[in-house]
Amino acid sequence: MALLTVRNLHARVAGKDILKGIDLEVAPGEVHAIMGPNGSGKSTLASVLAGRDGYEVTQGEVLFDGKPLLELSPEARAAAGVFLAFQYPVEIPGVGNIHFLRTALNAQRRAKGLEELDAMDFLQLAKEKSKLVQLDAAFMNRSVNEGFSGGEKKRNEIFQMAVLEPRLAILDETDSGLDIDALRTVAGGVNALRSPERGMVLITHYQRLLDYIVPDKVHVIAAGRIVRSGGRELALELEEKGYGWLGLDGGKKATAEARR
Amino acid sequence: MSTETLQELTRRPYAAGFVTQVESDTFPPGLDEDVIRRLSAKKGEPEFLLDWRLKAFRHWKTMREPTWQAVTYAPIDYQAISYYSAPKQKPVKASLDEVDPEILRTYEKLGIPLHEQKLLQNVAVDAVFDSVSVATTFKDKLAKAGVIFCSFSEAVREHPELVKKYLGTVVPYSDNYFAALNSAVFSDGSFVYIPKGVRCPMELSTYFRINAAETGQFERTLIVAEEGSYVSYLEGCTAPQRDTNQLHAAVVELVALDNATIKYSTVQNWYPGDAEGRGGIYNFVTKRGIAHRAAKISWTQVETGSAITWKYPSVILKGDDSVGEFYSVALTNHMQQADTGTKMVHIGKNSRSTIVSKGISAGRGQNTYRGLVKVLKSAENARNYTQCDSLLLGDKCGAHTVPYIEVKNASAQVEHEASTSKIGEDQLFYCRQRGISQEDAVSMIVNGFCRQVFKELPMEFAVEAQKLLGVSLEGSVG
Ligand SMILES: Nc1ncnc2c1ncn2[C@@H]1O[C@H](COP(=O)(O)OP(=O)(O)OP(=O)(O)O)[C@@H](O)[C@H]1O
Ligand SMILES: [Mg+2]
Repeated sequence: MALLTVRNLHARVAGKDILKGIDLEVAPGEVHAIMGPNGSGKSTLASVLAGRDGYEVTQGEVLFDGKPLLELSPEARAAAGVFLAFQYPVEIPGVGNIHFLRTALNAQRRAKGLEELDAMDFLQLAKEKSKLVQLDAAFMNRSVNEGFSGGEKKRNEIFQMAVLEPRLAILDETDSGLDIDALRTVAGGVNALRSPERGMVLITHYQRLLDYIVPDKVHVIAAGRIVRSGGRELALELEEKGYGWLGLDGGKKATAEARR
Repeated sequence: MSTETLQELTRRPYAAGFVTQVESDTFPPGLDEDVIRRLSAKKGEPEFLLDWRLKAFRHWKTMREPTWQAVTYAPIDYQAISYYSAPKQKPVKASLDEVDPEILRTYEKLGIPLHEQKLLQNVAVDAVFDSVSVATTFKDKLAKAGVIFCSFSEAVREHPELVKKYLGTVVPYSDNYFAALNSAVFSDGSFVYIPKGVRCPMELSTYFRINAAETGQFERTLIVAEEGSYVSYLEGCTAPQRDTNQLHAAVVELVALDNATIKYSTVQNWYPGDAEGRGGIYNFVTKRGIAHRAAKISWTQVETGSAITWKYPSVILKGDDSVGEFYSVALTNHMQQADTGTKMVHIGKNSRSTIVSKGISAGRGQNTYRGLVKVLKSAENARNYTQCDSLLLGDKCGAHTVPYIEVKNASAQVEHEASTSKIGEDQLFYCRQRGISQEDAVSMIVNGFCRQVFKELPMEFAVEAQKLLGVSLEGSVG
């Protein structure tokens, strides 16, 4: 059974229709890449899946593990195993990174009827996982994302994912703003988390990421629809020929394509 | 953010709102010289104190209630208030066993066990019930260190020379309307004396509880720290839930002699009134300390209760190299109004002050920071740093910042930073996406906002303060 099934998803934000019929199926163990021009709806799809306020689903359905996802609160989705690495991770002044993450993990564990981890056990776990993305111990004690560089914020997202061990990870442009070394580190972290039970959706603009994390499938979104799906070679072709190749010369043509 | 959770969070009932059934000895409402004489006689006070009270009363009658603060309330009828209410029991307690068990139960219900064997280690407690101190714990241990910690009335009886020497030296009875009223009618409070060079072996703590209806509470606290001594003092307050307003007009005077340190922490949780603004305590408080050479006075306050808060804990930095600090969290919810801040008056050379104020407004609460930094000509190289942050939860509340800065010495450095933020939808969603419930997320964000202040509080108080903000424990605060 598919881990994630998105059927004919339409969503609107601020009175504007953004998603206009998305279909997507991610099986456990699969990594899907989603590409597409700026403003085409990639982050919107991620937000709808994670349950952000203000996004109104007007049609379609989403199943997670065969169960309807959209009726759950964001925290319930998280506990069910949906993780979103944010395109723009948020700063929370005064709240320690480690405290934040322990609260999150224990909230999820509680929701699953598991025992909470005490401070010592958690620290042990955090230490182990931080190695995966080479996040310095100093970051643990700083406030959540406060004063982190762009790259550090992205690494912190992957660190959180490593600790929370989601079933489905949606990574929204986690590669943007990373230098080459950081990209390698982050990709290494993501690869280490690939597993037969876990599905991943990578939103990216760059084929480069896919050199490091080799996807099973690549989709192109334009104007709120998936206009092309294929294997890894689709990304390479896109890189070579640009969106124009798909008849998607930026937003306008994309809309035209989507309407056809 | 969705306002529902905020409303839920901020609509929690007031847990300390119960009434204790005890027989009390209460004066009928009304105030004149005769009432003051009876009050003074009841307490067996020496002549000098009665004289001082009467002078204060006569002065008070010439004064007008202040109107400059950014709060509004129905006029207070000072003749409708009873100026003395004491639980009926033997006036002097040889031990806790003689305290009315109902009163002991009250404190236990509030989470303040007075039985010494059950007490948290290293906190001595003075409990003030209505106007009278009912119990002081750990007296013997303190006495061994030479520390005096007792009710104000007892200090008047046992140490009149100290009271006479320091009473009114920091807050004269003529200081302001509410201080004058307090000076005339104060009924009890706490007294602390730390001898030269002594580091007080434990935290001292007073819990104030208003129980009786239609009474005012007017307590007076005096702390004297002799040269090179140290004391940390905690103050907590609660009151039953009633739909009439009750007046609380306290005065706190701190004297830190050369090289002494006084750390004064407050968690104020007087009944705030209901969601429509019915009832609640009117809290008009004058708190001030004087810091002599290289002395340090640090005020930390967490103000979550009261319908009206009018309070400006201040430091007169009289001595060279003296230090003044003010760390404040003020939360206003529903119809609560707070006008609070501090005054730092720099007189001594190299005197330094730090002000960190965190205002949180929710519901229709109004929160004003009002602060004065005054650097006199004599205060060569004085330094002040002020930081005022406001956090808004919802869009019907308000935050205001009113800083006054007066600098008469060009070598002074005065720095002021201010910010206002709304609790971010982005922050909330980020937390929730990680599995944290919205309610816990709000608590966590608010706690983070207050962290700079909470870390100044002694551990037990920090925990209590967090709970008070409707918050799950944030382990890193201490
Ligand atoms: N809260 C909002 N209010 C108004 N418009 C919005 C909102 N959120 C998204 N949009 C609009 O929806 C469209 C899709 O935005 P989205 O962020 O999903 O694009 P994206 O594909 O992630 O783009 P990028 O590659 O630049 O990250 C854009 O036109 C954007 O302006
Ligand atoms: Mg995006």
